[in-house]
Amino acid sequence: MNLDFSEDQYLLRNTVRRFLADRCPPAAVRAVLEGVEPFDRGLYKGLAELGVLGAAIPEAYGGMGLGQLELCVLAEELGRSLAPTPVSSSIYLASQFLLAAGSEAQKTRLLPGLARGDLIGTFAFAESAGRTTPASIRVVVNDGHLSGIKIPVPDGDVADFAVVAARDADTSEGVSLVIVELNGPAVTHQVVETIDPTRSQARLIFKDARAERLGAVGGGWRIIEQVLDRAAVLIAFEQVGGADRALEMARDYALDRMAFGRPIGSFQPLKHMMADMYVSATLARSNAYYGAWALSTGNAELPVAAATARVSATQAFQQCAKNNIQVHGGMGFTWEFDCHLYYRRANALGLALGSLSMWEDLLVERLRRQAEELASRAARP
Amino acid sequence: MNFDDTPSEAAFRHQVRAWIDANAPVHLAPELRNASFGHSGVESEDPIQASKAWQKRKAGAGYACLQWPKEYGGGGLGPIERVIWIEEEGIYAALTRLYNIGHGMCGPTVMAWGSEENKRRLLPPLAAGETIWCQLFSEPAAGSDLAGLRTRAERASDGSGDWIVNGQKIWTSLAQHADYGLLLARTDPDVVKHKGLTMFFLGMQSAGVEIRPIKQANGQLYFNEVYLTNVRIPDSQRLGAIGQGWEVSLTTLMNERLSIGSGMPTGFPELFAYCLSARIDGRPAIDDRMVRSRLAGFAVRASGLKYTAMRSITALSKGQLPGPENSIGKLVAGTTMQELAMFALDLQGQAGVLTDPGEAAAAGRFQAMLLRSPATRIEGGTDEILRNIIAERVLGLPGEIRVDKNMPFRDIPSRGRAR
Repeated sequence: MNLDFSEDQYLLRNTVRRFLADRCPPAAVRAVLEGVEPFDRGLYKGLAELGVLGAAIPEAYGGMGLGQLELCVLAEELGRSLAPTPVSSSIYLASQFLLAAGSEAQKTRLLPGLARGDLIGTFAFAESAGRTTPASIRVVVNDGHLSGIKIPVPDGDVADFAVVAARDADTSEGVSLVIVELNGPAVTHQVVETIDPTRSQARLIFKDARAERLGAVGGGWRIIEQVLDRAAVLIAFEQVGGADRALEMARDYALDRMAFGRPIGSFQPLKHMMADMYVSATLARSNAYYGAWALSTGNAELPVAAATARVSATQAFQQCAKNNIQVHGGMGFTWEFDCHLYYRRANALGLALGSLSMWEDLLVERLRRQAEELASRAARP
Repeated sequence: MNFDDTPSEAAFRHQVRAWIDANAPVHLAPELRNASFGHSGVESEDPIQASKAWQKRKAGAGYACLQWPKEYGGGGLGPIERVIWIEEEGIYAALTRLYNIGHGMCGPTVMAWGSEENKRRLLPPLAAGETIWCQLFSEPAAGSDLAGLRTRAERASDGSGDWIVNGQKIWTSLAQHADYGLLLARTDPDVVKHKGLTMFFLGMQSAGVEIRPIKQANGQLYFNEVYLTNVRIPDSQRLGAIGQGWEVSLTTLMNERLSIGSGMPTGFPELFAYCLSARIDGRPAIDDRMVRSRLAGFAVRASGLKYTAMRSITALSKGQLPGPENSIGKLVAGTTMQELAMFALDLQGQAGVLTDPGEAAAAGRFQAMLLRSPATRIEGGTDEILRNIIAERVLGLPGEIRVDKNMPFRDIPSRGRAR
């Protein structure tokens, strides 16, 4: 038994951390927050050159052919540094959809570009407020053409193509997946304002846009669930990285700032608040490792592990980010201090891939299924 | 990252499983399986004798105290083997609770600080379950502020070098069954409080030791008061140097956190099973959205504790020492169990008040948890002390301002409610 990363993976972490400390300081995050660029192109290209974008993409498709654990390592560091890049859309989602359901031709055509960072992909899923379900999807694909509106689509303004979840005119049942090039005239993108401007989101309007099938007609929902579970583990690592950094910021400030003649970190209410942040971050890290184990071994527990990792990480990042502001007092609510960047990211990531309440619901449903399977196996002679 | 056994671990598991299948007291299995929180479960025979018999049998086969060296009665194995053993021992591990304090805290302290002669004399019978140990630390006026304890150990005036002990200890689990006690006492009141303490062990049958059970808030008798009146302890029963008692006690307390924390139940599996069978408005409780949200919150805490323990075991197996980060085990488990019990009673509506196992839902286990859980949040370090430990020793925040820091012990004002 071993619930830890390997020495090589720790080395990779150090490499990525050093790279991001150099190339993604808070000033780089602020440049995206306050500037016109939707993401940090230089940073994204640098990550591609480091090889990490293609860490989990097989060598045959231009990747490094390492494993999912290397992606987990990358994700944690991206979360720590709030890297303003489309890695989650392009790598956790688009590349995973291609690997899960793509034809040989689709994989050969698109994966090398994703690994090199020349191509950006995303997943267009939500259309309206509330949980996205097969019944809530209105965008429709008909005879190879897609129509309807998706909002919000992460990185929808910068992506070259999207994997889109759509109803299918060819069948009354299920959801189909299609790949749509976003640069043609039949697609309009409108940037939308969000709680976290360091990660851009868009409204995509499709009017008879050419759509290429990904996987079987009406067979999309099962693939969506699979890919969302995989991405949930990776997003959980981003959240764990962000939670750790928010806690460090709070601790450092509390050691430095004096009031009533003492460092504020010597006051028990703040010490206990930060101890609780540590507890939450530690539980989230342990649950994320459970998710990483299931993801990397392809274990049948992945649906439970992914939901566990996701719920725990959302709780932890939100708790650490909001209390980081509290520890900083008034300064924590200024634009100048970085606390709000973590607060924004924590709350945006908490909604990515579906909200906390959705993942809570999925977790309990899956635990029930697991318990029923165990019971029926035990009942068998 | 994997949960798979290595070939040698798999062989060990196979061997352990076969031995347990052949040797476990299967006639006690139904009782042990239905053990509710706070009860040992065994009623059909003397639970102390049942525990001793199982421990003796394990020791005979080399399965007692797996992580202790063989020369002191242990198995000479590593932390991973210990985890495998606990997984395989399953319900029979409940029989081992009698030794949690001896094996988890007192034994490691003797191992770290005892003379070779004491180690060879005391540890093998402790490992084999022939002797039961308790821990005489807390006092009516020294709980969280343990270093403020007032029990005095003074040299006998007869020149024997023996120590004469007077004072009162409290919250002593198992004192009524114990053969030995680990005693922290004040040997010098004229220096600052942490410097004037010394650690001893004593026979609980010694003259002058009087044990009085405390009736707890949940009606059970588990903790005790121990009165020490002119108890004579030979100097050979001292652990560590005179005045080094605080340092010695830290060994005990760190092991306490590890041994309590890693095995702490949260009650989640019981609550989940209950929500599968209980009904709200004629439908399974688990279909209710509010129930699901609460269950998910408890689930991730239980899971987080489990995998945090596995990360600790991974670190231990790579040769790292247990650190203060292990404080989170009890902190999370205690609060979780209390909230979870309140939630389970809430699901039962007005009938949530019932405690009779024949009458109450889930045989009254959640009511027992409710009434026992406040103690979990206090014993072995209160939630607040654990948060201080995390804040100071893990996060590096400043310690509390201590007004008694540079004061000789005898000048420190003290007030506590004695019983």
